[in-house]
Amino acid sequence: MSAFTALIVRDMKLAFLAGGGATLAAAFFALVAALVPFGVGADLMLLGRIAGGVLWVAAALAALLSLDRLFQADFEDGSLDVLALSPLSLESVATAKIIAHWLTTGLPLVVLSPVLGLLLNLPDAAFGALIGSLLIGTPALSGVGAIGAALTLSIRRGGLILALIVLPLIVPTLIFGSGAVMGAIDGTGQGALLFLAAFSVAAVALSPFAAAAAVRLNITG
Amino acid sequence: MALLSLVEVEDLSCERGGRRIFRGLSFAVAAGMALTLEGPNGAGKTSVLRIISGLLNQEIGEVRIHAGAGYVVSDPEERGRLAGWIGHHDGAKGQLTVIDNARFFASLYGSRVDLVSVLDRVGLKRLADVPAQYLSAGQRKRLGLARLILSGRALWLLDEPLSSLDAAGRRLTAELIGQHCDDGGIAIVATHETLGLDATRFFIGNT
Amino acid sequence: MWKITILANPKRFLDLSRAIIPWTFVAAVLLLATGLYWALFLTPPDYQQGHSVKIMFVHVPAAYMGIMVYGVMAGASLTGLVFRHPLADVAAKSAAPLGAAFTALALLTGSLWGRPMWGTYWQWGDARLVSELILLFIYLGYIALWNAIDDPQRAAKAAAILSLVGAADVPIIHFSVDWWNTLHQPASIIRPGGPSIDRSFLYPLFIMMAAYTVLFVWLWLLRMQTEIFERRARTLMLAKGA
Repeated sequence: MSAFTALIVRDMKLAFLAGGGATLAAAFFALVAALVPFGVGADLMLLGRIAGGVLWVAAALAALLSLDRLFQADFEDGSLDVLALSPLSLESVATAKIIAHWLTTGLPLVVLSPVLGLLLNLPDAAFGALIGSLLIGTPALSGVGAIGAALTLSIRRGGLILALIVLPLIVPTLIFGSGAVMGAIDGTGQGALLFLAAFSVAAVALSPFAAAAAVRLNITG
Repeated sequence: MALLSLVEVEDLSCERGGRRIFRGLSFAVAAGMALTLEGPNGAGKTSVLRIISGLLNQEIGEVRIHAGAGYVVSDPEERGRLAGWIGHHDGAKGQLTVIDNARFFASLYGSRVDLVSVLDRVGLKRLADVPAQYLSAGQRKRLGLARLILSGRALWLLDEPLSSLDAAGRRLTAELIGQHCDDGGIAIVATHETLGLDATRFFIGNT
Repeated sequence: MWKITILANPKRFLDLSRAIIPWTFVAAVLLLATGLYWALFLTPPDYQQGHSVKIMFVHVPAAYMGIMVYGVMAGASLTGLVFRHPLADVAAKSAAPLGAAFTALALLTGSLWGRPMWGTYWQWGDARLVSELILLFIYLGYIALWNAIDDPQRAAKAAAILSLVGAADVPIIHFSVDWWNTLHQPASIIRPGGPSIDRSFLYPLFIMMAAYTVLFVWLWLLRMQTEIFERRARTLMLAKGA
């Protein structure tokens, strides 16, 4: 196994073992969706109308939940030093971690989303857009989130600052993601999906460099 | 193991948070040699090792690694690719078993060495399937030694490798370092204690 | 290889800023007084909005400053990252709270202006205002990151990376909010501030923009000075402890 794949596999294992965030994030996602009717009422028309937006906000928060330990755990136990001295560049390390985070957090949210769509009375026509937009958009959450995680890796209780840093930056993902679902309901086309894809590609392509720079400054500072 | 001929540290100074830790350090370690860095707490032993490995970038001065055939490495990140490392933290994942940790290290360094024999060498063979979090501090140190062997690197930078090890563990560490140097490797070891092997001693700070 | 130490370098900056600061203060006061007087007493009330249109003269320059200061901050951050110049870090750090304050002022005056215009204090249909809100959050994240990391050099680099990521993202955020806006609210809100604005409004508006800019420069230099003194005190304390 190459070093890169080995790191992805290790991080995925850790995410599903005790103390990992993968199942927690999925449970949190489901819980937020299930709580919304208590907040806004059981009006199925209203729920169906807001389901896309609610699920997108919940997905963003759930992805954030497991991000704060992305680099911090490795920083604290010395693994990050080992990785920094390994044949892998820090850019590759960041990429591997983003991939592992998406596979263990983003992908389960995508899989879970149709069930929650049913729960929130999402119109039939919008299921494809919901799944598709989450599939395309969640990698951007992992990418931009990794930058925040790398910047806050040395901060105790960095999770709050991580949220404050990352959430404003992912506003475009939220807008285009829930916009795609809205577009499917209203039949106003798929422009949002294209913008979402463009943002995701840019975020995933650029974030490893920013995250690696942040990791580097925290180790070598 | 790709051998190195010389590690040179020249006029090295280090400043952290506006405070000077040490200044004007110079030493050289040739292939097959071990050097111990000694000095009081806060003298900067760890900083020297981190600077050589490129993990710390707060230095004034030069670090050069001669990799034979006139090839000299001075870029910090490239230096890091030549160094095997033991620091204060063991860099192992508590949730993973000993053998899984070792397997990850082997993949990371592209090592083809037999894992069981390496674990046997550092005395962890019986504990191969135990999650690393159940190891004692000394046993985790041994897992670090396994990682060092798997790294296959010619330059060993060891920060207090003897701490929390029992007598047998200390002997093992000394043996491994001795063997590494016999094979033409280089070891730079920050320590408070005598290693129990032939090493040049270098003092930092006002002792 | 050598590095600029914090103690030695900013001397020239301190000398320079000592000379400039009083003048920027005087200029800011004069410009503010002129601009405000012109805006409030010499411009006619709008035929639709009446006197409330004059909020524009405090709102538009504040909104413009919120973005301009972010640009200054990102520029200083880039300089700090590339040239490792501590003064650039100080400049970026000192600019952030000012940018946040201007942005907050823009939001406050924007919603005060919105009340007579829209009938509500907040209107999600206004893309510029919504973008300013997100910008304020980005400023707050930047300031929080600075404060959370103890080591000033490390904090400076981390904050610099964040501000550059933000600089790349802010235009995209604005675009997405704009797009979102047309989706939910077919452009129904017409506001002054576009190129069609009346000339009698334009001159005092420019004066107010200049006033805000000079005000920013004054406060910025002052904050940079303070920051440098604080760092000196810190360095001296650490040197004593050693």
